[in-house]
Amino acid sequence: MFDWQWEFVWEILPRLVQATGNTLIAAGAGYAIALVLGLVLALAQRSPSRVLTFLVREFVEFIRSTPLLLQIFFVFYVGPQFGIRLSPWMSGMIAIGLHYSCYLSEVYRGGIESVPRGQWEAATALNMSTMQTYRRIVIPQAIPPALAGLGNYLVGIFKDTPMLSVIGVAELIHTANAIGSENYRFLEPYTMVGLIFLAISLPSAGLIRGFEGYVRRKLGM
Amino acid sequence: MTFFEFVGQFWPRLLSGTGITVAQFVLAAALGVVISLAAGLMKLSENRIVNGVAVTYIEIFRGTSLLVQLYWIFFVLPLFGITLEKFTAGFVAIALNTGAYGAELVRGGILAVPKGQWEAALAINMSPAKRMWRIILPQALINMLPPWGNLMIEVLKGTALVSLISVTDLMFQAKQINGTTFLSAQVFGAALIIYYILARFLVTPFMRWLERFMARKLGRA
Repeated sequence: MFDWQWEFVWEILPRLVQATGNTLIAAGAGYAIALVLGLVLALAQRSPSRVLTFLVREFVEFIRSTPLLLQIFFVFYVGPQFGIRLSPWMSGMIAIGLHYSCYLSEVYRGGIESVPRGQWEAATALNMSTMQTYRRIVIPQAIPPALAGLGNYLVGIFKDTPMLSVIGVAELIHTANAIGSENYRFLEPYTMVGLIFLAISLPSAGLIRGFEGYVRRKLGM
Repeated sequence: MTFFEFVGQFWPRLLSGTGITVAQFVLAAALGVVISLAAGLMKLSENRIVNGVAVTYIEIFRGTSLLVQLYWIFFVLPLFGITLEKFTAGFVAIALNTGAYGAELVRGGILAVPKGQWEAALAINMSPAKRMWRIILPQALINMLPPWGNLMIEVLKGTALVSLISVTDLMFQAKQINGTTFLSAQVFGAALIIYYILARFLVTPFMRWLERFMARKLGRA
């Protein structure tokens, strides 16, 4: 029956703290991949080549409408079939980074499309190359309106890291599973994992809102 | 073994898994809509207790992972005397998670209904319940249907997680087939394609149809 044991909580806390570290590293690394790859996917969808635009668009749609869990399995198990062995961490980061890059590409796209046409025309008038226009004129203006979306997906990626447990990445849920089956007690580990998630994601959501406001003020928007 | 030979041999299991996935999706979506409406309306309430309950529910379920919620409901809730069968635990967890996100959509949709509509309903002496049901909600529904389309795709993707508590859905069947045949590319590839077909050719068109249907019903087509 229901009996919460504080001694047990203290006993497992060091392992959970370590797992929290792993979770944060996984979320951070996955997000870093997604930030870069997302921008590449967003820019590829604006390329003059119709074929490339179409292919990237379909790819993004495909990734966005299939489960991340399945994609994690796919990356982890399909590699060895073709002689590529990836560690759980490696495949986890690839899968989660790829999945979120498709979401982030939509956020970037919205940001880029919100830059007024006149900015492009002015850059052309100044004889800037396309690269220069993107790098120095368009992207700096596209980021602030996209910040809210980018931040939400950082919290989103953090909340999706438990799926990495299925291929053996030692993040929070994986550790809680291990503790639970070693001790036949699931109440404390799972509840603590839930509380840790709340303790991190609620303040982060607030911080992200604050940061967004700060950037907007700095840029005089 | 080529992809088509593979599908030819394993289609009965993939099909039965797809059936369970669709059942989980429909049940989770239906229950999720009901919870969203209830929580969204509760959050708009001026009663501090009602409002507090809704806010607590929404923050808890948006602040933690679906996987954590699923494990908690399946492994920890029995300790409180509430034992859910795995199939039920699966769609209830997804519905509770969806409800927290949907509640915000409901709230936003209701707040976007012009103030004049509220005043007009008051002027013709409608009771608050009747005003909400006949005047405000139908218009709010139109406002919020587009984001609901995205949320429904998330529900479909969320159903893959129920495989982790051994509900024999598509993801579960794929894992089992992979475990016995090691044809990872074929089986996970087939599952990815099935999820994509469900999302792109069933869920999304249905939501588009619903948008048009509702618009016609309200004479806004």
